[in-house]
Amino acid sequence: MFKFGEILETLKMIQEENLDIRTITLGVSLLDCVDSSIAKTCENIKQKIREKGQYLVETAKKLEVKYGIPIVNARVAVTPVSLLAGGFTETETIKIGYALEEIAQEIGVNFIGGFSALVHKGFTKGDINVLNTIPRVLAETERVCASINVATTRAGINMDGINFSARIIKETAERTSEKDGLGCAKIVVFANAPEDNPFMAGAFHGVGEADYVVNVGVSGPGVVKRVVEKFPGADLEELANEIKKTAFKITRVGELVGKEAAKMLGVKFGIVDLSLAPTPAMGDSVAEIIEAMGLEYCGAPGTTAALMMLTDAVKKGGAMASSMVGGLSGAFIPVSEDMGMVRAVEVGALSIEKLEAMTAVCSVGLDMIAIPGETPVSTIAGIIADEISIGVINGKTTAVRIIPVPGKKAGEYVEFGGLLGRTVIMDVNRFSSEKFVMRGGRIPAPIQSLKN
Amino acid sequence: MQEKALITVIGEDRVGIIAKVATLLAEANVNILDISQTITGGLFTMIMMVDITHCNLEFEALKKSLSDLGEQLNLKIEIQHENIFRAMHRI
Repeated sequence: MFKFGEILETLKMIQEENLDIRTITLGVSLLDCVDSSIAKTCENIKQKIREKGQYLVETAKKLEVKYGIPIVNARVAVTPVSLLAGGFTETETIKIGYALEEIAQEIGVNFIGGFSALVHKGFTKGDINVLNTIPRVLAETERVCASINVATTRAGINMDGINFSARIIKETAERTSEKDGLGCAKIVVFANAPEDNPFMAGAFHGVGEADYVVNVGVSGPGVVKRVVEKFPGADLEELANEIKKTAFKITRVGELVGKEAAKMLGVKFGIVDLSLAPTPAMGDSVAEIIEAMGLEYCGAPGTTAALMMLTDAVKKGGAMASSMVGGLSGAFIPVSEDMGMVRAVEVGALSIEKLEAMTAVCSVGLDMIAIPGETPVSTIAGIIADEISIGVINGKTTAVRIIPVPGKKAGEYVEFGGLLGRTVIMDVNRFSSEKFVMRGGRIPAPIQSLKN
Repeated sequence: MQEKALITVIGEDRVGIIAKVATLLAEANVNILDISQTITGGLFTMIMMVDITHCNLEFEALKKSLSDLGEQLNLKIEIQHENIFRAMHRI
């Protein structure tokens, strides 16, 4: 029998502190779907996803009832479409995007990731097809998400890929200008993109994966915040320990639900992603955890240290809880999706530069940041290059999801709706990056020793 | 294999809470394995470990009838499979 306190703790985490399973993501390999005809290819893709995917939403609902924990999203991640698109034209590649939208709608998932290209070293015809069609696909579909891997620690940084990505972001913003550039919320530019990430918009199904796999992302900033608040006088060592214990519990729930979902769907269980993923809900904020640690606002000096401790403690607790940890695993610091971050930007405590520093110690990157619509493509490329280089030199994933909001200026507000939230447009450094980024070519892979 | 679940009842104390919950469970062929309860500041909290192996309702239907009963009695009644507690609180 369990202790009274244990049972009530679980209930409180779920009912009051927003503990939930953020996403159950079904990974599907599409490598066997390619046919010489695009119509047949699209049909094969839909059938392959449908085979297991048709039960995904129902499975999530059953588990929600059984364990009394909300499962917020069911999603699908597929093989990067660039790997399928080499034999087709751009017009045909777009049809793959539509097919993904149709099947996502049919099986009832809110996002499907993998309209992606891996260009960290160079471009194939398939990559070019996908890159050239991303803006149209994102503008003309609701559920399809795109990602571009422009760098790895082993291959270095493809500056041409970054410039291409910056142009895509700008064009996507313009094509979705009536929705304040919302299309850009569905595109992520990566360094060292993980092949088993369950979180959108960057999820895709890596080539090293099986035909089907279930990956799970848990959430729980609210739970961790409550723990930090419960120990106002604790020193940092003690605090790290308490966070670790909580991360253990959160991860265990994720693993339980993930394994059972995989079993019910008759597929392999992949990983639990440990990331603390905030939402615009009150109290479900990573910024507020940092503030609860004793910083006046997220972004104040000490923020990077606090975030480093938080991320590391979450990983330690999570790694103890599950042997199969993967994906991004750390803490997400999106701006628009986290009310605490938005507040910190509003009072002037948090800038893009500080966010960039924070990404050196947490899991992702510059995420859901709205910038003025008039920001030049070369500046966007410069921002991406800076962020990507942090990932490459540190052997970790970093990413950029940035929205140049058409017709709006720094200080104005933009509303993306739902989980994507509402935010203030951030100021961008005005000085030019043009000559540097336009040199193009590749930044060589970094040396793996002499690590100072 | 025995399937167990935990029922938690939280709310204002009154006569007959346990009786009503137990009657509902008996009708659903759910065996009560353990009960513990406490009252703090007038707030009644009860936790029941039950065996649902031979329950004659689907889990979802059982959950619904418990929460409906809770609404009638102005209490919050939850049922969750025990695995979630085992996962969280046991190494």
